[in-house]
Amino acid sequence: MAIFDKFQSLTDNHDLVKSFGQSPSSLQFEEIISPTEAVLNGRRTILLGTNNYLGMTFDETCIEKGVAALREEGTGTTGSRIANGSYNGHKALENELAEFYGMKEAMLFSTGYMANLGAIGTLAGRGDYLLIDADSHASIHDACKLSDAEVIRFRHNDPVNLAKKLERLADKPGEKLVIIESIYSMLGDTSPLKEMIAVKKKYGASLLIDEAHSLGVMGATGRGLCELAGVGDDIDFITGTFSKSVGTIGGFLVSNVPGLDIVRLASRPYMFTASLPPSVVATARAALSKIPHATELRTKLWDNATQLYAGLKNTGFDLGPQVSPIVAIRLSDPQKAVALWNGLLDAGLYTNLALPPATPLGWYLLRSSISAAHTSQQIALAVELCTRIGRELGLIPCPLKTGASVEMMNVGGTRKSATKPDSKRTAEPKKPAAQA
Amino acid sequence: MSKPTISEDAIFSDPLYVEILQQLRPHADADTNISPQTSITRDLGMDSLAIMDFIFDLEDAIDISIPMERIAEVQTISDLVAAVHKLQQEA
Repeated sequence: MAIFDKFQSLTDNHDLVKSFGQSPSSLQFEEIISPTEAVLNGRRTILLGTNNYLGMTFDETCIEKGVAALREEGTGTTGSRIANGSYNGHKALENELAEFYGMKEAMLFSTGYMANLGAIGTLAGRGDYLLIDADSHASIHDACKLSDAEVIRFRHNDPVNLAKKLERLADKPGEKLVIIESIYSMLGDTSPLKEMIAVKKKYGASLLIDEAHSLGVMGATGRGLCELAGVGDDIDFITGTFSKSVGTIGGFLVSNVPGLDIVRLASRPYMFTASLPPSVVATARAALSKIPHATELRTKLWDNATQLYAGLKNTGFDLGPQVSPIVAIRLSDPQKAVALWNGLLDAGLYTNLALPPATPLGWYLLRSSISAAHTSQQIALAVELCTRIGRELGLIPCPLKTGASVEMMNVGGTRKSATKPDSKRTAEPKKPAAQA
Repeated sequence: MSKPTISEDAIFSDPLYVEILQQLRPHADADTNISPQTSITRDLGMDSLAIMDFIFDLEDAIDISIPMERIAEVQTISDLVAAVHKLQQEA
């Protein structure tokens, strides 16, 4: 039908993915065993792409609190808080969020996506300016479409470029709101927060940081990058989600800026959708109460992240720029990216396949997200599977036999000459043009 | 090649048009013949990410910020020249 003709390029991409076997959009887990394992196509599969950073989805206390709320208050609120009113749990969770972040006020949204839509799309209005990072999440781009503000992009994680953009606006009336993310969701790289804050302060702009991937993950008490960088007082707005380390669904906005409450009456994504069900609120509250004390989980999470990053790096994969609970293998060949993702699935490892334009610099990404609930054996197996299939596909070099390696070292004298791939395999790892 | 229209004649001597071509070259397919009516999104083998990088380079080169909603209205190089001139007048 002609109405779908505009999606032809999407269809072509999807057909390419399907031609190799599975499609990410049609995967169906038959059983969820734990935060790190599920049954897929009858096979026990390690989950290495679910953003379940603290493994909170199967936490006993969270489950019990959720079940109790379900029994006591029912399955849903059947409307927005503007129309149907708030439940005690909504207000309690907002107070607990504000306390957790050391901020004056907090607002709940029904998802993290809607938190960005409702916060960014409302805070910047006609005559204002939104300055967004070039690698911003889709929710930030969509929020910009909802806002009447003028939207200016700056180069990814580049405070100098941001400064140039703000300098050009210096004489313009209107609020300037800078939007950044703590950990960028595709490559796992973090924002240079202190430098960004210095720029926003110099030009009198406000700063909103999305801590979706850092809540529970960074900082001594899990408050995120702001806590880790020690810059809490310089942040104007924080958005985040309950769908990752908190293990359920929902989003929030917290702020120290006086008068945040009025946003409830101006934010359409807050006003015109059903509020969070009581059971979800109860599980989020239980998880949030645990996060400040989850030091061991954070330590285990970062140990796992380091193990995966180092393991993949050592075998020759091209990864994102830093160790993070998001580890992405960067690939330039779409067919090999899809083949790798499928090969891993067939071997019992679930990761994320991310394709342009959702990825930075047009990379094809095999994205992993790590959990504190992963065992080091699971991480070791993930490295082993990626390595084996990566070699079969010619994405990384194959090791030489020990003797050959020594001989070449003696002759050539450099490690480079000793890592020549096995002649039976496809040769060198392919480097994207952007990196060449 | 068809004879350029009067507006095209004018654009060829516009320093902004020359600058845009210079900034565009590293991002576009090398063998593409570029004219004012060339579509930036369709004719140059550039995806949305390449276009974004080109816009960043152009912004630095001419010291201007091009808001996203203005970029969305641009189809051809001629459109881009007109959009930037309008922004410069508004500045």
